[in-house]
Amino acid sequence: MIDRQTVIHIAKLARLGLQDEEIDVLGQQLSVILENIAILQEADVSGVSPIAHASRLHSIMREDIPQPSYPPEVLLANAPEQEEQCLKVRAVLEEA
Amino acid sequence: MSELYKMTIEEAGRLLRAGKLSSVELTRAHLERIRALDDKVKAFTLVTDDLALKQAEEADRRLRSGEQVTPLTGIPLAIKDVICTKDITTTCGSRMLENFKPPFHATVMERLNAAGAVMLGKTNMDEFAMGSSTEHSAFFPTHNPWDLERTPGGSSGGSAAAVAAGMAMGALGSDTGGSIRQPGSLCNVVGLKPTYGRVSRFGLVAFASSLDQIGPFTRSARDAGLIMQVISGLDPRDSTSSPEPVEDYTAALTGEIKGMRIGVPVEYWVEGTQPGVVKTVRAAIDTLRELGAEVEEVSLPHTRFGVSAYYIIAPAEASANLARYDGVKYGYSYRDTDEMWEALEKTREYGFGQEVKRRIMLGTYALSSGYYDAYYKQAEKVRSLIAQDFTEAFKKFDVLASPTSPSVAFRLGEISDPYEMYLQDVFTIPADLAGNCGVSIPGGFSDGLPVGLQLLGDFFAEGKILRVADAFQRVTDYHTRWPQGF
Repeated sequence: MIDRQTVIHIAKLARLGLQDEEIDVLGQQLSVILENIAILQEADVSGVSPIAHASRLHSIMREDIPQPSYPPEVLLANAPEQEEQCLKVRAVLEEA
Repeated sequence: MSELYKMTIEEAGRLLRAGKLSSVELTRAHLERIRALDDKVKAFTLVTDDLALKQAEEADRRLRSGEQVTPLTGIPLAIKDVICTKDITTTCGSRMLENFKPPFHATVMERLNAAGAVMLGKTNMDEFAMGSSTEHSAFFPTHNPWDLERTPGGSSGGSAAAVAAGMAMGALGSDTGGSIRQPGSLCNVVGLKPTYGRVSRFGLVAFASSLDQIGPFTRSARDAGLIMQVISGLDPRDSTSSPEPVEDYTAALTGEIKGMRIGVPVEYWVEGTQPGVVKTVRAAIDTLRELGAEVEEVSLPHTRFGVSAYYIIAPAEASANLARYDGVKYGYSYRDTDEMWEALEKTREYGFGQEVKRRIMLGTYALSSGYYDAYYKQAEKVRSLIAQDFTEAFKKFDVLASPTSPSVAFRLGEISDPYEMYLQDVFTIPADLAGNCGVSIPGGFSDGLPVGLQLLGDFFAEGKILRVADAFQRVTDYHTRWPQGF
């Protein structure tokens, strides 16, 4: 059901690197899971509205009160790499 | 008082407030238990000795002066490592967050600290709370004190095992599909999943945001109420936290359940439920009947779709929530390349374990073009049906009673098939999908291993399920038994 190509495609969407042997294992495991989950299609959902959460609240708004945030050095304390109080990332655009 | 660790929070609290016991003594006794036993159990990922003793001294000062004294002042607790603790490593059982020190406290930690509770350490868990055995921890599996060759359940297995072994008087866990109740069941402790929105999720590392709830592990229902009293309530930092007033949980424990209507869902005894579990839970329900409850069968007809709906919805949300782990802002970062996409993909490849990868893949698949309607949309509709089942049932019943788990604690390594592991949560998942509350309490034993009795309640009916749990504990002694060698 879930072939190698599909696993590779989904992993790309999720930006998840996989070892070659993981591709086959995952394909087989996901196929088993999806086969079992397929009973969902047997549920009669005609006229049923989907719910996305278990909360019984709607559109809760908080008072918009300005308040100090964390100092940059605190928020950057866990950053793998930083420079001049900014997160440092690798080049996004290649040089021409 | 040679066995301080055997007391309940309520008993210890009374002695603390009467000046007959100090928090430092009580905390030391638990730290000694951890030192003596945790090599075998492996419940903790981090023991915060120095902090605990400092907090205990402060609690003793408060107790002496009588200022801001609460039922949790001076009580040593363990915290699941998915809950952010300021400047204290919060790993989520993952290589990804192995060295992560949150810059803030979760709201529940602020509340426990304000109440004067003592934190003993952080407890082991399945990575990112995904699992039912604590074997998916990136660090080590936790062992069940009732049989060290068996799992404590999961994902909050460390918290459940710590309380079961007397290494903490109580603990916090989190429940997304059963991660508090199932380990509670397997370890013979009380594990309560509050109503969605009852406890703030601020600072709980997100797995599936529409399902996650923080809740307590304790040895008595009364103690669970004491912790709930402190951690419950509205929090402006979690827009899904409820403004519903928090009831007085201790006052709800009248011991009287005469005339309460208890429904027994006929779908919760599925094929594959171990005969010993069925027998034990039937007997526990008979006890409730003898206490005067009106027990009747009830049907929750869409139960059989619960696991399937859950394994679309939870991974879908997880795949979105875990997109934040990119090796840039915090957490593990693959450094051995200059190429941006490769760095991102390798960070996630090496930072996440197998179960997390499986769920990210499953969730991404269910949300991907061409499958969204067939899987995700369909699952959300089925979620509606499951919620309606409960709405109908609670028109007629105060509480529903069932097994918590289809099995007693299974052996480490026994379940290797991912889908078989998912079925461990067949009786706990529906309440997460619907959002109502539930508690697992020690319900008896099958061949020497604990069996949990699950009591489900309507939205904000924590007082009712705790009342039934407490009434049961007044006439049974399962929750006071100790595992051999502990």
